[in-house]
Amino acid sequence: MNANQKSNAEGRQPVIQVEGLKKSFGKLEVLKGITESIYEGEVVSVIGPSGGGKSTFLRCLNLLEQPTGGTIYYRGKNIMDKSVNIDQYRQHLGMVFQGYNVFPHLKVLENITIAPMLEKKVPKAEAEEKALQLLERVGLLDKKDEYPGKLSGGQKQRLAIVRALAMEPEVMLFDEPTSALDPEMVKEVLSVVQDLADSGMTTVIVTHEMGFAREVSDRVFFIADGIIMEKGTPQEIFGAPKNPRTVDFLGKVL
Amino acid sequence: MIETVIKIWDRYSYVYISGLAGTLCLAVITVLLGTVLGILLAVLRLTKLKPAELFVQFYVWVLRGTPILLQLYFFWIFLPKITGINLSDTFCIIVALIINASAYVAEVIRAGIQAVDRGQTEAARSLGMTSLHTMTRIVFPQAIKNILPALGNEFIVMVKQVSLASVFFVNELTTSYKTVASATFRQVESILIAGLIYLLVTTVLSQALKYAEWRLNQSER
Repeated sequence: MNANQKSNAEGRQPVIQVEGLKKSFGKLEVLKGITESIYEGEVVSVIGPSGGGKSTFLRCLNLLEQPTGGTIYYRGKNIMDKSVNIDQYRQHLGMVFQGYNVFPHLKVLENITIAPMLEKKVPKAEAEEKALQLLERVGLLDKKDEYPGKLSGGQKQRLAIVRALAMEPEVMLFDEPTSALDPEMVKEVLSVVQDLADSGMTTVIVTHEMGFAREVSDRVFFIADGIIMEKGTPQEIFGAPKNPRTVDFLGKVL
Repeated sequence: MIETVIKIWDRYSYVYISGLAGTLCLAVITVLLGTVLGILLAVLRLTKLKPAELFVQFYVWVLRGTPILLQLYFFWIFLPKITGINLSDTFCIIVALIINASAYVAEVIRAGIQAVDRGQTEAARSLGMTSLHTMTRIVFPQAIKNILPALGNEFIVMVKQVSLASVFFVNELTTSYKTVASATFRQVESILIAGLIYLLVTTVLSQALKYAEWRLNQSER
């Protein structure tokens, strides 16, 4: 389908490939050309200073930000092509936000069932059964009839994660999922992310939790000034960073 | 003076009550139809088509930037001329009030929608929801909580604003005062009665609105 679709060293196929990805907000160029692949089943952590472009990179992947240059391929298909239905493409990518963004006017269960019922025409009973399973998996089953306003930050974020999972995505994108949480709630959310990663879900996570990134990732990208300055295994990035910017950044946060 | 007030009320209460009925009718009609028109304008704006957006902006700009009394005169004079039909004064004034209300309602709806956190839209779109479903199922149900109280306020404003129709002797409460005053030559007392009725109505309405708002907030969160 696509000649440049190369598998990586372990023979994994790329799910998402970006080529020369650029994004500007007015005159400010936030992404200056990123070429990279996300492979099936891998967990990629994206770290770097704020304002460096990590969140923008993630948001470009599901076109919440419209790139101003470059191309994004999903399973070899150019999804920036005009003929591609963006809503359908996005169903393959679950996203979790820093600010949870759960739907406050819908009960916990409805938060999860609304998108599958509306967009995938899943029958109500089936959608609810699936939602209950997901809620049980993250320990929120007893909250199913509550409104999100009654939940703690950690519970909201777990809800946001299973809401995304209900669409049965192939990739999960996490945009600083624990940055808005009180310290005691970080763990409960990270353990859900960890379980998901262990289950083989292709995951890209923008995070400030260096310990977590080190433990859970297959690869780490260090993004600063709109480019991937350095990438490698957690051992390479955290153990022996080569780029002076990476060394400087890690020296400040670790 | 209080004696005179009571005397006038005894004799002319039917004039005031008929005027009050007229005021409330006008307020209900203008707010309801103004809301329908306002929703159409807001939807037109949401389509993000440039000409539609510019039209709504222009419409709101003109109607909010000119005095409502001038607008009443404008429609009173021009509506019969443009249509060539002998329209009643009341009809022309109602049309003018509806059009004026629609501009305010359109703004109320726009502001209500804008007040919903952008993250809600992003979350819905990231789940693969269409822009239509995002608007109808996620954004609007939240915006309605901002919109309904503002519409209630608009209704209270309208109850007072339709008094301008008295300039054209449309049957409403301020016209009632004029009628009674010219029959009794008791300016102050006739005004007092009308004023008290306005106060009573607006107070009851704003208390009802407060209660409705409280109920709205109780239902969730």
